[in-house]
Formats: sequence, C-alpha cells, structure tokens
Amino acid sequence: MPRISVKVDGIAYEEDVEPRLLLVHLLRERLGKTGTPAGCDTSNCGACTVMLDGKTVKSCSVLAVQADGSDIVTIEGLAANGSLHPMQRAFHEEHALQCGFCTPGMVMAAIDLVRDTPDPSEEAIREGLEGNLCRCTGYCNIVRAVKRGAQEMGQAVKSS
Amino acid sequence: MIPASFDYVRPGSLAEACQELAADEDAKVIAGGQSLLPLLRLRLAYPTKLVDVARLPELAGVHDRGDHVFIGAMTTHDEVMRSGVVAAGAPLLALATAMVADPAVRHRGTFGGSLAHADPAGDLPAVVLALEGVLVARSAQGEREIPAADFFVDYLESSLRQGEVLVGVKIPKLGDGWGFHYEKFHRTAQAWAIVGVAAAVRRSNGSIQEARIGLTNMGTTPVRARAAETALEGLELGDGLRQACEEAAADTSPPADLHAQPDYRRHLARVLTHRAVRTAAGAP
Repeated sequence: MPRISVKVDGIAYEEDVEPRLLLVHLLRERLGKTGTPAGCDTSNCGACTVMLDGKTVKSCSVLAVQADGSDIVTIEGLAANGSLHPMQRAFHEEHALQCGFCTPGMVMAAIDLVRDTPDPSEEAIREGLEGNLCRCTGYCNIVRAVKRGAQEMGQAVKSS
Repeated sequence: MIPASFDYVRPGSLAEACQELAADEDAKVIAGGQSLLPLLRLRLAYPTKLVDVARLPELAGVHDRGDHVFIGAMTTHDEVMRSGVVAAGAPLLALATAMVADPAVRHRGTFGGSLAHADPAGDLPAVVLALEGVLVARSAQGEREIPAADFFVDYLESSLRQGEVLVGVKIPKLGDGWGFHYEKFHRTAQAWAIVGVAAAVRRSNGSIQEARIGLTNMGTTPVRARAAETALEGLELGDGLRQACEEAAADTSPPADLHAQPDYRRHLARVLTHRAVRTAAGAP
C-alpha cells in the first residue's frame, strides 16, 4: 500500500492508503475532517471543495495518492486564533446558507475567487462559483456574502 | 461510490511511464483525473493499474516555437487560460478553455488529458481539430506526430497505441486576418456542451477567405463542418452567411440522449455555427 505525506490544516500526516482511496474519504474518515462533506460524488456539486497547494479542487475527484506531498486546507483550517475567516463571517452575517451542506465548498471557492479577483462583480462571483451548487438559497445571499467577504478580505490585507 | 481496486505507480520519467503502459494492456494513464475518476467511481472503467504522469517534467509547460505554440500535455486548463503565449498564439484555445467545466475542475484537469480522453462532448477536441493541431506521442519506439484529424477515432477512443503517452500538442499560429469564436450551448453553467462550435475565420476585403469549423458533440468524434466551410469560402459578409451556415450539420450523426435528439442537435449546429462564424468574422 502506498504511503503518502500530506499537510492538512497545518498538521503533517503520514498515511498508508489504498490507491483507490479518495481525498475526501482520507480527510473525513482517516483524519476526522468532517467539515468537508461528500455531496454528489461525481465532481458536480462542489460541496467537497478544498484547497490543494492553494488552489480549489473537488476532493471527491482526487485520489489521496495524487495528493502526496501536498498542502491541503479544508474549511476547518480557515479560522485563525478562534476567529472566523472573513469569508466565513460574511456567510454568517449575510445568511448565505439554509441547510449548510454546500457552505464549506462555497466558502473555499469564494476565497479562491477573491484571491484572483479582489473586488469581484456579481457576474464574476456567479461565474467563479459555477462549480458549486446550492439547492436552498437561490444564491442571492451567497453573492452578497462573497461581496462582503471580498471587502473584508481586502481590509484584512491592508491592515496587516 | 468507490472505484474498484487498482494498482498505482508514479514513474519518475516518461520512458518509465511508457514501459509501464507497454507491459500491461489494462493499465491506464491518469493525469488530472477529472474525467477518469468519475468513470472509475461509476465503475464504467476497470483499469488494473493507473500510471500517474501528472508530475512528469517532460509533459509540462507552454512554449512559443515560432510558427506554433507547443502545449505540454500536463498543462492544466487553468494554466492554459492564464498563459500569455496561448493568448497570443492560440486565442481560440484560451477562449474555449475558459468555458471548460468550472474553476476547481480546471485546476486539476489537463489539456492533454481531455484530448486523450477523446470525449466528443469535450470542448477542446473540436477546437484542436479546427486549429489543425498536431498531437505528439512518445513510446519506447520513439516519437510520433498525429494530426488532430487522425487522432480522434471513435467515442472515447484515440489513435494512441498501447505504450504511448501523449507528450503535447502543436497548435499552428494563424496569422493576421484570422478571427475566432467558440459557441457553447448548455443548460447549466458547468455542464457539457449539448453542441459546441469552434470557428476560425480568415477575412479580407469584406469577405471570408477561409473558414475552419469544429463541432463538439455532433458525432462519436469531434468533426469538421466541411460543407459549411466550403459554402463560406469567398462569401461576402452579409445576408448569405446564415444560408452558408445551414450546411453545418451536413454529414453528421449526432447522438440522442437526455438533453437532445439528433434533429435538435442539427438545428443547434446550424444556429451556433452562424453565431460563431459571425463573431469570428467580426460581422454585424
């Protein structure tokens, strides 16, 4: 069985994995990172989105062995010193969720978008989140939250 | 949904990858895995072994080589979209790649992978066909160049042989006077094209000198709309454009599925070809 090393939310792990083990299952079942849900299982819905070496991926469509040597950040690794990431806070403030199942993936995709496009238009937000499905909200509050999160991420950069 | 068991190797060199593939006819290349992994999970494919080529340096990078752009097979869609070399030398490819799936899939999925997968519903095969790209494959026997017209053999089947790995693709640069467009018709943002049309048009003195049109999802392989290309040649920009594009579905055998019947796909091919050609030619 191949042995892989990964860093997940700042902690290094060495794991023996079956080649067919999916990254989402490594995260949830081996490492207890259940903040990342497995949704559609077919790289459609984006609920399982995490950052792999700084870029979003759908963890249901990556083998754990492919992630060998990578630095992974899940929704559980965003909060720093007990305070939510600005994008998490914006989702909370703008009530950008109902059932919450898509939220971890939405937040990861939103952060990725804002790193690339610091002040995204509504159209850019909708395009940037095209790989993430929400079946509750109708997306209006999500778009609002991403705008607000983007502003707060910008301010956080300026003040740091 | 968990894939059936398979072995996994990550060769350190291209030569080693070719050996692994030559030794086992049921071994399969994995690149970004964005097409292969769903197939494995749905148990539509049962490879004995996955040969991971994603990190091979021989397959990386985008290079300006004078008369063509060379794109390493493992260049991700995201890298293709952001490449200044692609934007300058193959703008149609940059445009179409931005319409592939969604950002997370584009971070993993590779240019070479989506061509080797040979899905006629994929956007890039029709684009490479229209741009008359040349695919470069390597095996223990050496290197082989395959024109795009000979590469796509059947549904999910390319002309790559056992033991061969797609190294990259040469995309000839088209000179001045060419315009481009990719029209994709799909029902939801990240979905496959029900039909897509890649058009490259050379215009001079208010008329079309040459048109190259690649069709997505209009058969078991990507196809050229040859009849429409011929009808467009020498045509003055104006009312005749729409009529010439009526030929776009000639000699095609589009599939029937949940999204569309063949006659509807033929209709889409005609309408989308008109839109793509009109935009590519800069016509009103």
